Amino acid sequence: MEVTGAEIVVRCLAEEGVEFVFGYPGGAVLNIYDAIFKQDKFKHVLVRHEQAAVHAADAYARATGRVGVALVTSGPGVTNAVTGIATAYMDSIPIVVISGQVPTPAIGLDAFQEVDAVGITRPCVKHNFLVKDVKDLAATFKKAFHIAASGRPGPVLIDVPKDVTAHLTEFVYPATVEMRSYNPVVKGHSGQLKRAVQMLLEAKRPMIYAGGGVVLGDAATQLTELTRLLGFPCTNTLMGLGGYPATDRQNLGMLGMHGTYEANMAMQHCDVLIAVGARFDDRVIGNPAHFAREQRRIIHIDVDPSSISKRVKVDVPIVGDVKNVLDDLIALLKQSKEKNDAAALNAWWTQIELWRSKDCLKYNRNGNIIKPQYVVEKLWEVTKGDAYVTSDVGQHQMWAAQYYKFDKPRRWINSGGLGTMGVGLPYAMGVQLAFPDAQVACITGESSIQMCIQELSTCKQYRIPVKVITLNNRYMGMVRQWQEFFYGSRYAESYMESLPDFVKLAEAYGHVGMRIDKPEDVEAALKEAFSPALKERLVFMDFQTDQTENVFPMVEGGKGLSEMILAEEL
Amino acid sequence: MVRRHIISLLMENEAGALSRVAGLFSARAYNIESLTVAPTEDATLSRMTIVTVGSEEVIEQITKQLNKLVDVIKVMDLTEGSHIERELMLVKVKAVGAGREEMKRTADIFRGRIIDVTDATYTIELTGTGSKLDAFLEAIDPVFIIETVRTGASGIGRGERSLKA
Repeated sequence: MEVTGAEIVVRCLAEEGVEFVFGYPGGAVLNIYDAIFKQDKFKHVLVRHEQAAVHAADAYARATGRVGVALVTSGPGVTNAVTGIATAYMDSIPIVVISGQVPTPAIGLDAFQEVDAVGITRPCVKHNFLVKDVKDLAATFKKAFHIAASGRPGPVLIDVPKDVTAHLTEFVYPATVEMRSYNPVVKGHSGQLKRAVQMLLEAKRPMIYAGGGVVLGDAATQLTELTRLLGFPCTNTLMGLGGYPATDRQNLGMLGMHGTYEANMAMQHCDVLIAVGARFDDRVIGNPAHFAREQRRIIHIDVDPSSISKRVKVDVPIVGDVKNVLDDLIALLKQSKEKNDAAALNAWWTQIELWRSKDCLKYNRNGNIIKPQYVVEKLWEVTKGDAYVTSDVGQHQMWAAQYYKFDKPRRWINSGGLGTMGVGLPYAMGVQLAFPDAQVACITGESSIQMCIQELSTCKQYRIPVKVITLNNRYMGMVRQWQEFFYGSRYAESYMESLPDFVKLAEAYGHVGMRIDKPEDVEAALKEAFSPALKERLVFMDFQTDQTENVFPMVEGGKGLSEMILAEEL
Repeated sequence: MVRRHIISLLMENEAGALSRVAGLFSARAYNIESLTVAPTEDATLSRMTIVTVGSEEVIEQITKQLNKLVDVIKVMDLTEGSHIERELMLVKVKAVGAGREEMKRTADIFRGRIIDVTDATYTIELTGTGSKLDAFLEAIDPVFIIETVRTGASGIGRGERSLKA
């Protein structure tokens, strides 16, 4: 029996086991929305802005490991989605975005709501398709989901002209995908694995540096086993938090621009470094020339060959799925009769403990102004370290990363690569829908939250009871911090004037609002927000925090990793 | 060391294939000296030849990034081994008076062929490596040149060396 293209779109999504489609209707996708109306396989979530649809799909993917799906209309629907797509691309998140397009005969004629969706998204997708023939629709969906989820994951856009959604054909969903041009490497090269094992066993000052690839590749168990087997120190990148338990003694915390003193010093001074699903980016190792001043041998495991030797030359590249490669490494290490030089390893740990004893994350706990760090610490306590935490971008993001100790992967949801302000609330929506019973906290700032605040309405409609933790310092805090350090405290346009009364705003959207001004009220307020009485409600918490607090340690842009500014030095 | 490289690749002959490659080069600030593209004997495949300039590290990234494009099937740096490089140039020149005979002689020396003649002009077809074509342009007085058009380099590996899907 022949069915319409719109029907095929809906059936493809059902075949892929899609639970949620985040979207916003418009002219070019009306046929698809009509088909959605008639089905019950997945739920459509109506956002208030297309950017939020893509962010929510992205967060769903980050939290569950499954492909997230967003649906937008042509023209402005697509352009609004671009920020979301680029955000997912920078963090290698598997999503499929379906965009409507003007009918094929109108393409190129500057039709109403026409934009070259494939062209405009090309630099920020893993791949994209324009489907001109209804007969290609099902195979394209199969390919799109396969490409998004396999290898180094990423967003895939499918642009579907309106007439294609009306045309008729038989629906056959392919069982498998064969692509001669796309076959990601899965297993690591055995020779390289052996060289890596040898290098690890010879290490006197070893370091494990684990990134988002560990989380995305579901290799946290393997990373933990390897780290414990070797007895090496481990650091996680911003994207890798939760890949190794943060509360474990072998974890040195996050590294990089706002990493801990011990993690950055150990990175700089190690003699053997094993990078796992990480990419040595500028926020992580600072100035590559300074990093290269110290002699060290580097093993780099990554599914994407182009991530290897991009910014830092490595000695043993291993291309493959992180989980498989770690499994193989663990097996080889267990077989090996050699062991690491215990005395050298002990001396290294003694050095690391000395660095750790600087207690670089300490802050002033006295005074009657709420310290933002304190709010995050209390959140960790109140949620027993078991919440899903989303964040926006800026100082609050760094404090969340530093003070919420993630022991599990896929719990920390943030925009690491693109640094997109506004993701926090739609991210929280995507996570809460995937895990209705989980505690979901969105740590945000008064500036970031206003970039997608319209989604409070979506949260009301679908009864999404996330807890919004706003660290309100009346500044774009990170901008203000840079202006203080590097621009002679000239706070150009970083002050947030005319803020709304967030309590009233939350109430206007039908939620619970709270304003917290004193440190002694922080814990009680958080307990109340996460209490059974408010379990079904979105609680918007406006914490009035210290305006002058800065994020430490800090490695200035262009500086070396060991050239940190510590709080105590100011 | 910054060197000139000729990179050949095979990709799916689909709409937008060229823009994926061109977009990659501009987005990552890689140089393109020339880029040629045409279908192969298998109409589902496009073969592209890209001439670029970069350090070893940059060329390594270029080949890796090209390989990462979902539509790209194979990538080969021809300059890594022995290879043949050819480029076609058409030059329209003024050919009047004494200069007319001189122009023909120069074309002959470079094994160029005159493929169009008027009272006042010759159009010369010339094939060779890029540097040979450059040499021809240097050998003739620039005031005689009316128009030049070059295809950009194509290349192929010598002997057993080949790029197949």
